[in-house]
Amino acid sequence: EFRRFSLERSKPGKFEEFYGLLQHVHKIPNVDVLVGYTDIHGDLLPINNDDNYHKAVSTANPLLRIFIQRKEDADYSAFGTDTMTRKKNVLSNVLRPDNHKKKPHIVISMPQDFRPVSSIIDVDILPETHRRVRLYKYGTDKPLGFYIRDGSSVRVTPHGLEKVPGIFISRLVPGGLAQSTGLLAVNDEVLEVNGIEVSGKSLDQVTDMMIANSRNLIITVRPANQRNNVVRNSRTSGSSGQSTESSLPSSTPNLLGSLLQGEEESDEEDIIIEDSGEPQQIPKAAPTSESIESLSQIELLHESTQNGFLPSSEMNSSHSAGSISMEYEGPEPGRKALEEDGTIITL
Amino acid sequence: QTVEHGFPHQPSALGYSPFLRLMAIGTRSGAIKLYGAPGVEFMGLHEENNTVMQIHFIPDQCQLVTLLDDNSLHLWSLKQHGGASELREEHRFTLKGPPGSPPSATQITAVLAHSSREVLYLGTESGNIFVVEAPSLRVLEDRSIPSEAVLQRIPEDNCNRRSCELVEALREHPKNPDLILIGYSRGLIVLWDLQNNKVTHHFLGSQQLENLYWQRDGSKFISCHYDGSYTQWPVSSDNRQPEPLENTVPYGPFPCKAISKIYWQTTKNGLPYIIFQGGMPRASYGDRHSISVIHGSQQTAFDFTSRVIDFFIIFSSEPAAEFDDPSAMVVLAEEELVVIDLKTPGWPAVHPPYLASLHCSAITCSHHVSNIPLKLWERIISAGSKQNIHYSTMPWPIDGGTNIAPDPPQRDLLLTGHEDGTVRFWDASGVCLHLLYKLSTVRVFLTDADPNDNMNTLGEDEWPPLRKVGTFDPYSDDPRLGIQKIYLCKYSGYLAVAGTAGQVLVMELNDEDAEHVVDHAEADLLQDQEGYRWKGHEKLKTRDGPVQFEAGFQPFVLVQCQPPAVVTSLALHSEWKLVAFGTSHGFGLFDHQQKRLVFVKCTLHPSDQLALEGPLSRVKSLKKSLRQSFRRIRRSRVSSRKRRGGAGNASEVQEANAKFDQDALQEMELAPVQRKIEARSAEDSFTGFVRTLYFADTFLRDSSRHCPSLWAGTNGGTVYAFCLRVPPAERRMDEPVRAEQAKEIQLMHRAPVVGILVLDGRSTPLPEPLEVAHDLSKSPDMQGSHQLLVVSEEQFKVFTLPKVSSKLKLKLTALEGCRVRKVTVANFGSCKTDDYSENDLAVLTNLGDIQIISLPFLKLQIRYPCIRKEDVSGIASCVFTKYGQGFYLISPSEFERFSLSTKWLVEPRCIVDMPEVTSNNHVHNKSGVENAARKS
Repeated sequence: EFRRFSLERSKPGKFEEFYGLLQHVHKIPNVDVLVGYTDIHGDLLPINNDDNYHKAVSTANPLLRIFIQRKEDADYSAFGTDTMTRKKNVLSNVLRPDNHKKKPHIVISMPQDFRPVSSIIDVDILPETHRRVRLYKYGTDKPLGFYIRDGSSVRVTPHGLEKVPGIFISRLVPGGLAQSTGLLAVNDEVLEVNGIEVSGKSLDQVTDMMIANSRNLIITVRPANQRNNVVRNSRTSGSSGQSTESSLPSSTPNLLGSLLQGEEESDEEDIIIEDSGEPQQIPKAAPTSESIESLSQIELLHESTQNGFLPSSEMNSSHSAGSISMEYEGPEPGRKALEEDGTIITL
Repeated sequence: QTVEHGFPHQPSALGYSPFLRLMAIGTRSGAIKLYGAPGVEFMGLHEENNTVMQIHFIPDQCQLVTLLDDNSLHLWSLKQHGGASELREEHRFTLKGPPGSPPSATQITAVLAHSSREVLYLGTESGNIFVVEAPSLRVLEDRSIPSEAVLQRIPEDNCNRRSCELVEALREHPKNPDLILIGYSRGLIVLWDLQNNKVTHHFLGSQQLENLYWQRDGSKFISCHYDGSYTQWPVSSDNRQPEPLENTVPYGPFPCKAISKIYWQTTKNGLPYIIFQGGMPRASYGDRHSISVIHGSQQTAFDFTSRVIDFFIIFSSEPAAEFDDPSAMVVLAEEELVVIDLKTPGWPAVHPPYLASLHCSAITCSHHVSNIPLKLWERIISAGSKQNIHYSTMPWPIDGGTNIAPDPPQRDLLLTGHEDGTVRFWDASGVCLHLLYKLSTVRVFLTDADPNDNMNTLGEDEWPPLRKVGTFDPYSDDPRLGIQKIYLCKYSGYLAVAGTAGQVLVMELNDEDAEHVVDHAEADLLQDQEGYRWKGHEKLKTRDGPVQFEAGFQPFVLVQCQPPAVVTSLALHSEWKLVAFGTSHGFGLFDHQQKRLVFVKCTLHPSDQLALEGPLSRVKSLKKSLRQSFRRIRRSRVSSRKRRGGAGNASEVQEANAKFDQDALQEMELAPVQRKIEARSAEDSFTGFVRTLYFADTFLRDSSRHCPSLWAGTNGGTVYAFCLRVPPAERRMDEPVRAEQAKEIQLMHRAPVVGILVLDGRSTPLPEPLEVAHDLSKSPDMQGSHQLLVVSEEQFKVFTLPKVSSKLKLKLTALEGCRVRKVTVANFGSCKTDDYSENDLAVLTNLGDIQIISLPFLKLQIRYPCIRKEDVSGIASCVFTKYGQGFYLISPSEFERFSLSTKWLVEPRCIVDMPEVTSNNHVHNKSGVENAARKS
């Protein structure tokens, strides 16, 4: 059924009221529905709180198209999930794996309720021909499930075209994580592993690097099939408005790499069993004053990155505010500027 | 990289200069090494990496010429530079024939460095002799001796054109430098007058010629032949075509092998020494590598353990001396250097101060101990000297050059474990790696082979009079005897040795021979597991009753692990009198004072069946060899089928084979090498493999009381910590040692743990046992909090103690794609000031890089490429010293030494001076003889 009605753009009111209005207009007072709208890019986005409701209203130009689906038979995948997945939530999921199982209702719009298995990241800083894929091994039983091989690729150099050795994906195991994401394919050339270029490294070295990073593997590939590349322009103003076009892809990887390393830490705590008791995660020692200045660069970054992220409860309570703004209102904005740029980039 | 120790791999040529008293050895990889007095060493490498075929010193010069298998000549010289002599290549040269001539025309077969020092005579396959100027290596065309010129001057009925093919030997007359003896392969020998360009004498040998040698006075020479005979020829002015004086087949009458080289040495008593290589009866002894020495009625055929490359005799080089009076014979065999004292009755061997054959039995592990206390050092030397009584007391005869390197700052021991169950103790303080003492663990066990089997069983009347010399013996009676881990406590003299069949021996140094019973215990590492079956080798059987041990390290305790898997880690605490050992199944702790097993811990994952079945290598290699043999069968079938189809046409078969190879190659390209990317899981195989064991007195339970502890790290990234209660010394025998597991850490990245270390309150690594008691180390800081460093193949992690929280980490693999192979704490002193030194981690990665990582902050300080990453055995053999040096095997028989420290540097530094030439003429004559062409 189609309905058309008007709202006052300057005073849209609260989401609750709007939801009531919809049920009233459609004469379905007791039916749970999912509400969505199409944004300027044509993505179907959910409306389920005051913020995205306001956002939706503000984008009406002048019409706002709203889609309503019955919750039971809603097609969740219809929503453009975009890149709102945050690793923070992976952790909380895994640490309390039972939490969301007990929840009677799963709200589609809360990406933190789900466990991401993969994502394409850094689309705004990478050349369009490249794709940076993150595989979240942690918590899944699925094998990573892929093989790599030596090969050669053609590069444009100042001396013309040159054939250079490269590392390629040689096989995907059916049912493995790599295959199920659909983001990696046979004959994709591997360019970086967790921010570190693989050129000049042997197959065995790259294998070791990937296995060492297997809990949080980020592979930058040049897909063999270049037809499914992300089109960048339509994105830049949307989900990550902070992206810096000027950032040079060639200079970022290292910074990025270390940041990613840092983020990963929280996923990978060793376990200790004291006096044959219960296994526990090994906590991080509070750095003492004498050692803090001597910590390595990476560790420093790591520390602060974690501080920037840390309170996951706060995250959960303030999700309605949107994760982007929350990170901007971090405790010490001045000192953390560098890292936060990095954080945004990873969004 | 500072110096190479051991015996050169694949030696191919030998040279000696009686003038410089230096010996030169060339190898198949193009290396040339010069040795003189102990510590005097030089090394050079031909760019071409071709085999060195011949080495000739230029008489009375610090120069030598090498001939490579690509027919190139290279002139090397020793020059002083910066206060020390250096070996440098100065010229290279390849003989070129006239255009269109076959390569054999210029293929050099014999070289004579003439005593005039100005020219080299080069005999070739074509029979022509070319002359080149030294040291410029320029051809002097007008002085060459073409074979036609020789032929013209010989009566035609005696020989034809083919008589002058291939120059086998060139020898300068010992008294008259204008005469040279030319021996052609087919038996013709001529004496050539260089001044008048004519043949003065010619000698018609009937047998194919191998080599020639002048008697000292020039009145006679001796030739040796392919049929195992040698012949004496007189040289006098009245007979221009003499008949042989004597023709002998020393090991006849049955067909004999060739005598490839011969010496004729005169002595004061009139009885000459005749020394020759080969000549054994072909059928019965044709496989022996022998050199025979005949002196009057004495005759011995020295029987070498490997092929003889070449040999030379050291004799009186005094120009005025009337006789040769040989003193020593130096033999370069393929696997070792043997020197025989010819002056002492019985002709005993001389113990070489260098060029030790490290690989007498294959090296299976090594262990380095720095700064040995003098007392222990002397006791080891004294134990060793009792083993060396059968050696000659003659001073080392090759004593050229002067060692000007400073004395080694400390006494260092390198211990090598071998496949045959022996441990060799090497003096690794200086440039010469010298064997001090050899320990055998075989005596403790019952093996199939009787140790007396190897003794020389030949009686007095045996013919030929063979005598085995040399120590190279690569055949192991029982691979289970192999030594895998060694730990020596330099303060107490306790030595722990562990082997392939799970045996752990604890030994004590005893200065006397003794007979005693070795206490025996078994450690069942599978205690709480059931239903496993070990498919590997059986444990070694032990000898019942008392065993006789010679002075030295004598075992008093034997622990045998069950299942008898190879011991993968070993730690000894001499103060607590405890020894810990680990295998692929678990680890155990043994109290060697009370001779009681304290505890065992199984580290196996229940699903790890592979670890239980036996040595992995065997399973793998069997599979591999099966696969390979199948391939070979398949391949030979295919090619034979094709051959039949090709109806015997060789070229067609070749083509088919080539096509087959190409197909196989293409097949390989279609299925490229690929690597699986998968996270490690707890179920992986060999996670229980114990990689490292460590004793520490630290705060394991609470921060107020420290206690002895044992730490173990496994292949699966698990660290176990046990709290130990060791009774005080006065009640040590009365109360048992107790152990209780206090902690278990699982590294989430599950990489193998290769090192565990506790840092004290000052972040200094804890000292070794007894180090403090001997006032050689500050006592550890027990006030501040201790830290635990765990090194896995992928990461370095520092944890706090006693409450384990992670403090710092350095990820190596995730960032660089390399893995830790070896790690040790090294102390780096300043070369400028004595009062500064720091402790760092020295790390060798699987790429062959060495990295220095600071303690306690884990910062990468510096990285050096060291070993080729393909050289897996080199990387596996690397051992670091406590002061920033290290060793790794560059071949089965050679250690390369390297230093990361500016303070401790052991490298050869020596000077070779030109000895004074008193009477020019005489010296010329003398050295001309010695330096004449030699064939290997």
